[in-house]
Amino acid sequence: MAECHPVGFQWVMEAKARGAEVFHIDPRYTRTSAMADAHLPIRAGSDIVLLGALIHHVLAGEHDFREYVLAYTNAATIVSEDFRDTEDLDGLFSGFDPATRTYDPASWAYEAGGDVSGAMSEGEHAAQARLHADSARSDQYGSGGATAHHRARTDPTLRHPRCVYQVLKRHFARYTPEMVEELCGIPRADFRRLAEAVVANSGRERTTAWVYSVGWTQHTVGVQYIRAASILQLLLGNVGRPGGGILALRGHASIQGSTDIPTLFSILPGYLPMPDARMHGDLDGYLAHAAGDTGFWGNKRAYMVSLLKAWWGDAATEDNDYCFGYLPSVTGDHGTYATVLGQIDGTVKGYFVVGENPAIGSAGGKAQRLGLAGLEWLVVRDMTLVETATFWKDGPELETGEMRTEDIATEVFFLPAASHVEKEGTFTQTQRLLQWREKALDPTGDRRSDLWFYHHLGKRIRRRLSEDDVDRPLRDLTWDYPESGPHDDPSAEAVLREINGTGPDGRALSGYTELRPDGSTTCGCWIYCGVYADEVNQAARRRPGGEQSPVALEWGWAWPANRRILYNRASADPEGRPWSERKAYIRWDRDQREWTGPDVPDFERDKPPDYRPPEGATAQAAIGGADPFIMQSDGKGWLYVPAGLADGPLPAHYEPHESPVANSLYGTRANPARREYRRPETPYNSARFPYVITTYRLTEHHTAGGMSRTLPYLAELQPEMFCEVSPELAAEVGLVNGGWATIVTSRSAIEARVLVSPRIRPLRVQGRTIHQVGVPYHWGWAGGGVVTGDAANDLMPIVLDPNVYIQESKAATCDLLPGRRPHGRALLDLIEEYRRG
Amino acid sequence: MGLGGWIARWPVYRQLTGADGRGAAARSARTDALRPRTAEADHVARSVCPFCAVGCGQLVYVKDGRVTQIEGDPDSPISRGRLCPKGSASKQLVTRPDRPSTVLYRRPHGTEWESLDLDTAMDMIADRVVATRRETWQQTFDGMVVRRTLGIASLGGATLDNEENYLMKKLYTAMGAVQIENQARI
Repeated sequence: MAECHPVGFQWVMEAKARGAEVFHIDPRYTRTSAMADAHLPIRAGSDIVLLGALIHHVLAGEHDFREYVLAYTNAATIVSEDFRDTEDLDGLFSGFDPATRTYDPASWAYEAGGDVSGAMSEGEHAAQARLHADSARSDQYGSGGATAHHRARTDPTLRHPRCVYQVLKRHFARYTPEMVEELCGIPRADFRRLAEAVVANSGRERTTAWVYSVGWTQHTVGVQYIRAASILQLLLGNVGRPGGGILALRGHASIQGSTDIPTLFSILPGYLPMPDARMHGDLDGYLAHAAGDTGFWGNKRAYMVSLLKAWWGDAATEDNDYCFGYLPSVTGDHGTYATVLGQIDGTVKGYFVVGENPAIGSAGGKAQRLGLAGLEWLVVRDMTLVETATFWKDGPELETGEMRTEDIATEVFFLPAASHVEKEGTFTQTQRLLQWREKALDPTGDRRSDLWFYHHLGKRIRRRLSEDDVDRPLRDLTWDYPESGPHDDPSAEAVLREINGTGPDGRALSGYTELRPDGSTTCGCWIYCGVYADEVNQAARRRPGGEQSPVALEWGWAWPANRRILYNRASADPEGRPWSERKAYIRWDRDQREWTGPDVPDFERDKPPDYRPPEGATAQAAIGGADPFIMQSDGKGWLYVPAGLADGPLPAHYEPHESPVANSLYGTRANPARREYRRPETPYNSARFPYVITTYRLTEHHTAGGMSRTLPYLAELQPEMFCEVSPELAAEVGLVNGGWATIVTSRSAIEARVLVSPRIRPLRVQGRTIHQVGVPYHWGWAGGGVVTGDAANDLMPIVLDPNVYIQESKAATCDLLPGRRPHGRALLDLIEEYRRG
Repeated sequence: MGLGGWIARWPVYRQLTGADGRGAAARSARTDALRPRTAEADHVARSVCPFCAVGCGQLVYVKDGRVTQIEGDPDSPISRGRLCPKGSASKQLVTRPDRPSTVLYRRPHGTEWESLDLDTAMDMIADRVVATRRETWQQTFDGMVVRRTLGIASLGGATLDNEENYLMKKLYTAMGAVQIENQARI
């Protein structure tokens, strides 16, 4: 965190100054370690063992926050007797089909009679879950809430052998400190210190927070890493309370916004799913499957119809399903890696790359470049001439003879982009906070904002339309943003106002509870509704931090409804009283009959703690006054996930796809549902590769380097690609500090300067020494860089988490050779030799 | 103070009496006249750092139509005026002299970049979108209505503004393009 989010880390230091104990769990010793109370070096890819052992420690010692757990989680819910755990099936859950390598999650459900929402039969439910597993839609499930019933059978004594609490106990029993030592390489004494600190700093009086980044997500079992942390935090009562939570430190200025208003294949704005041709059909069919009917997703028709009205305006009427049929449908995996393979195969002809550099920044660099070479046309918009734009001229495949410039048929357009100060608009940062940027000046030359580009591209496309049905969605599209300035820039505020939405009177809405399912409201992204409340750009608010409370409600605007801590109803007990005065946040004011506190309550303001939903209630009316998790169909935090995940209802440790270590926990080695692409362009390593390789970022550079290699200030601070190895590994391979190493995988070999440092320690794993190699991934051969170097992502495999299709960049295998790498044909020969194994 | 006037301003005197040879000892008429670039700006824009997702406040100083300085915004309750090495370097992101400013075009099988007028480039791109969409249009797939093209894909960066992502998703979806992806998946 100190390396990659340095200014955010000041708040960790503030907490430490007030007595917080800080642990840093990372393969490398970094600036964060230097400031922490303890650094626990861990083998990359083994975190579920560590988290599972913490869960086991909490359960075995009954350290859980029992009142919180009973009231706010599904600990008491009884699971179907058809469910079989990894304990029973040696690392598999019930429902696994080895032929398709997918799960049928039907047996994971709650006990029959209480497991399925009214909209679907059990069979439909299972079929839907399988489809979800096949199109990365668990994200939608996660926020949309899979359809668990809000009144499933429970055992509040937690003694029923099939209640979630007991299922957890059995599942995590084998996650012991000894196993942590054996698989993570963390000595038992260090684990004990961590476990005791976590327990001591949880409960009524104290809270513990977990902070993670792509070190947890870029794995074939990444979603289950986060799930494991969720279980731990729910058991300890650390969700929805000040100082608690699981905090994702996102790596880009508006990567949160890019998910909320997604340029992602699987979702529409506000985490509504993309229509899936295999199950949706018309609007009613879509809504029946889109999310639960209870909880705030129960208003999904209002969210969806308002989106359709924002896009197709007067053309969207009740009679034509509000133009629902204009939306294209997905039928499976359309993720970025599948897209690249489609480019190689010739199905994808045209490609827009906007502020991104996949030739360097995506796993399997060669596959990326072969994909670019397979296109008919490519548009690259960037502030610098990134390698993705110049691959035909200077890509490494030219030197090896795999490509010839004259043979590459791709037509390339490079359009220079405006910088962040040359345009106005909002970023959504890692805390879900939207902050408006004022434009400092207009861009010069051909530089334009992406808003300008898409606005004017849309206008040009719409001038080229026919009268047939294929073009109707484009003809009817609302696309009339006011223009101004020397370049006819569209008004970003007009776009933000469309995102916010308007009511029947044409005025900006104040919040998503005003959205209606009858077509009388518009809203481009329901979770952002309120950002333009009172016709005011709320994201532009800048009341100085020193002039308001630390919650700072008048600086920018956070979704949803300007709430800063999500699920903050959980900061009070079921009766609405703070769990302790020390940790008081939101409370029920009995006199005023409303929730109150320093934050906006993440709860209906006037719903009393003793509210009990009537039979048959839907949407938020079905959520009780003591159920804080209002987006879930049952209002509970889910320790166990009865549906919605592609690889199991509970986290289980699996080794990375490429690992030098066997799985000590189960006979199943790697995640059985992981997504593989068996392709010659991106092969997988054999057992010949003995070392663990992990990628990371430096303080002085940014991702694929387009925004940092190009700046002399930063290039001077970190001038050269390097690899970080321990003195022991350097001695074993014959590497010298400051010299060169060649790093080899079955994808490619790259060279890097050697940094020999005790900051990266060999670990004792399964009784032997495991070495890890750290490589930053900021360099490339061109990209307008003041400094250049080989690209780390050329080494990495394309193998994905089955829930979200994120690649495993944080743990793979490699070999190391002293000296610089061969060039030309000799490079291919070296790789071929390794592939033959 | 008995010693006023020229003696107090005499460098030797200031160097002998100053604590460490810095501060007052190092002053001169020229340094006394220096003013920070920030004080001379024509206007200041309140912005946000474009690198990581912490969202540090930035103040962008502009003079004579040029960015002269970018500093941390002390009002921000998130960053309290601080910027990291990347944020501190972000002026160079805007002002570096080799930053591309013109459209470049590479024709199929071409060996060099060519220049192209922005307006022409926009028309050419629109032509290609319309043509590729038509050529690759799928009304149905496996007997199901899908109304889409798998011929056009997009990969967007995560430094795009929300408004930009919104127009992208809206336009692509109306076009029927579904392979719309982002760094958020990576």
